[in-house]
Amino acid sequence: MKQNNTFHPALRVIHWLMAAAIMAMLFIGVAMVATVSSSHSLLVAIHKPLGLMILLLVAVRLWLRFTTAKPALPATLPGWQKLLAHLSHWALYAMMLAQPLIGWGMLSAAGYPVTLGSMVLPPVVPVSNAAYAFLRPLHSWVALALFMTVMLHLAAALFHALILRDGVFSSMAGSCKGKRSTPRALDNPADGQ
Amino acid sequence: MNKPSLSTRQKLARLAIVAVIPLLLIGLFLWAGGWLAPKRLTSDKLVAALEKSGGNHPGYRRNHAKGVCILGDFFASGNASTLSRAALFAPGVTPVVGRFAIAGGNPNAPDYTVPVRSMALAFYQKNGEQWRTGMNAMPFFPVQSVQSFYDLQSATLPDAKTGKPDPAKIQAFVQQHPEIKPFFAWAKQYVPSSSWASDRFNSLNAFNFIDAEGNSHLVRWSMVPHADYQPIEAKEKGDTNFLQSDLQQRLAQGPQKWDLIITVAGPHDRGNDATVVWPADRQMINAGTLIINKTTPQQHGACNDINYDPLILPNGITASDDPLLNARSSAYAKSYNARTYEQAGAH
Repeated sequence: MKQNNTFHPALRVIHWLMAAAIMAMLFIGVAMVATVSSSHSLLVAIHKPLGLMILLLVAVRLWLRFTTAKPALPATLPGWQKLLAHLSHWALYAMMLAQPLIGWGMLSAAGYPVTLGSMVLPPVVPVSNAAYAFLRPLHSWVALALFMTVMLHLAAALFHALILRDGVFSSMAGSCKGKRSTPRALDNPADGQ
Repeated sequence: MNKPSLSTRQKLARLAIVAVIPLLLIGLFLWAGGWLAPKRLTSDKLVAALEKSGGNHPGYRRNHAKGVCILGDFFASGNASTLSRAALFAPGVTPVVGRFAIAGGNPNAPDYTVPVRSMALAFYQKNGEQWRTGMNAMPFFPVQSVQSFYDLQSATLPDAKTGKPDPAKIQAFVQQHPEIKPFFAWAKQYVPSSSWASDRFNSLNAFNFIDAEGNSHLVRWSMVPHADYQPIEAKEKGDTNFLQSDLQQRLAQGPQKWDLIITVAGPHDRGNDATVVWPADRQMINAGTLIINKTTPQQHGACNDINYDPLILPNGITASDDPLLNARSSAYAKSYNARTYEQAGAH
């Protein structure tokens, strides 16, 4: 049976699209709540629809993740690193899914209309001071946790790409042109050591 | 194909890249959030300055802390629907949850010590959109920019020893910000009214009304009272809550009314300077009548958990380029987050 070296192309596209969107969201979020400049309302106006787009993308992504084959981690990777890799990925998925819902929920709890263009979206949580007081700080904490996990994910990806060179990075980045026929690190665990 | 193994030097250089890229991003993130730029004016600093002058009152708004809820409806005449396509301006009735307050961060301040009063309103359109507006009973704003507002707050902070603002600091502020002179002149001669019901509340900031064709009109608005102005009297100066008692008495006799008057900017009027009143000959449109039937205490009242963010706008109204609007939105959110959190922890 043929072992895939790379993730499904659709999953790779969605990964990089979401990487850009999530980084933008985290920076926009932290900047918009602090700034009193005229960029405040512009950032808020980007933050809400972009969050909704991420919510839709993560749903498609989870579906693809469960329905397409995924490349195995190299056998050379120590068990604890594999465990860490799996845990961090599930943490990322959980936060990517939860964060837009928390954002939508906190706006609903505060009684703000959640609008997308001229469309008004339904509230997902009843108006409640207690719910807002819980969800609003949670939105900040999840943002910080998500940012730090993304930074660890990035450091690990760079470590695989530049030092281990074991094919983990290219499984998401895509393979180099013209090297399709060459046996790759994933097939040859001794490589890259 | 075997990749050539890395020399120790190569490994170290690459390891440095692995560490530096995320660290740079973390630094950029901290900078974006204002943590690495201590001189930048942030919503935190604005709210902290208000807290310093108003005192520490957990669970209350950081400004305009003392107030009451009001309930009623807006009856649109339809006259403003040529300027704005917002549903609430079409002839019809829109429910309103509002709030009367006095300026300042002290929820226990005697009413007669605070000349500036405010009216905040949330209009609930049938389609789920809302219009929230916070207006003040003064003709124009003291300063044009956010930094000036912050500097004004800092300059008027009560001195630790005397408990009163330091005249030297205020003097220095006026020298740097001569644009505040008209406001001080107005404040000096202003005699507050004896009632919220007879106050005229002004948006101060400018906004854009967007009509059905998508054209933008620069406007300001005022709630103009039906009740006649009566100056504050000696007996009211002995009652710390005379505004609330007066409102209750008036509402027991009948609803209180204001006309929503829209002022349309002339071709040379600017939207980004709330210190300047537009000339009196500008076009004015009566958009309809606000009728208030009921008042309740703010504690557990319908208005208490509403953040009257002036940038919660329905389709048909947008923000102007007035720099104060963004700062109000950002700082109101900070205050809202803090007080809702304190309230939830209180019980």
